[in-house]
Amino acid sequence: MEDLKRQIIEALNLKHLKPEDIGNDQPLFVEGLGLDSIDALELIVLLQQQYGVKLDNPQDGPTVFLSVRTMAQFITNAKKAKA
Amino acid sequence: MYISGICSIQGRHIWRDGHPVSVPESTVADADFRTHVYDWLNPNYPKFYKMDLPAQLTFLAGEILLRDLPLAAYHPATIGLVLTSGSGSLDTDLRFAASLQTQASPALFVYTLPNIAGGELCIRHTLKGENTVLITPAFDAALLSEHVQQTLQLAGMEACIGGWIEAVNGHHDVFLYLAEKNKRGLGIPHTAHELDKFYQSHYGTVDGGSETPDH
Repeated sequence: MEDLKRQIIEALNLKHLKPEDIGNDQPLFVEGLGLDSIDALELIVLLQQQYGVKLDNPQDGPTVFLSVRTMAQFITNAKKAKA
Repeated sequence: MYISGICSIQGRHIWRDGHPVSVPESTVADADFRTHVYDWLNPNYPKFYKMDLPAQLTFLAGEILLRDLPLAAYHPATIGLVLTSGSGSLDTDLRFAASLQTQASPALFVYTLPNIAGGELCIRHTLKGENTVLITPAFDAALLSEHVQQTLQLAGMEACIGGWIEAVNGHHDVFLYLAEKNKRGLGIPHTAHELDKFYQSHYGTVDGGSETPDH
């Protein structure tokens, strides 16, 4: 999950944050890191570029991007499904 | 109508009302100038990091300009904005075009309009009045002052931020000022002559107004 945090910081230009500043279960949007809808699009691009994983159903977004842990879980499950 | 304050940024040099603003020297030789100034101002506005070059420079100039000239006394709908630029969002347009070769970046795309830098300023300082962005070949004090004057006189604004934002390929040439109906701050008449005098006093006096492109 540390790698994923580093990638999120890089992709979203969160230069004021270090990976250790982001809790595994901390909400990414609104009251957590305060990410917005454009950031959500960047996270979708990140998943595709870094992990080759696509978010097929946009309605899954709020669940997948709830926290770093839920993102990591989604990546793991998607890779398992592909294998 | 009066010019209450002016902030100019040329390359790595900043002036407020014609006087140099001394930003503490960076200990890192190639430190990013804009981030360095942001850290020094410490506005606690993390969205700054996501902005493109024109928006970051406009943001920094706005912070320096309005620190001593708060706008809180005005209703937000009575504060206007008139920005002019030569290149508009070209810097970001080119970066976005380059990103299309691999993966188009949504974060870059949202800055590919010349009025976004002004929009960021409006969000930051709650400006909800008339706003205009004009593309002109070069800094044009007569055109700028005329539009600011019209915004104040005809559009019923009490205050108006005017400026020239030229930011492309690491080149920084920013001139931002506050015009108001009531006299305060610098308090000089709002004329094209005064604007041109302040702009010309800095333009070309430093290192060509540029820094090494960092993106």
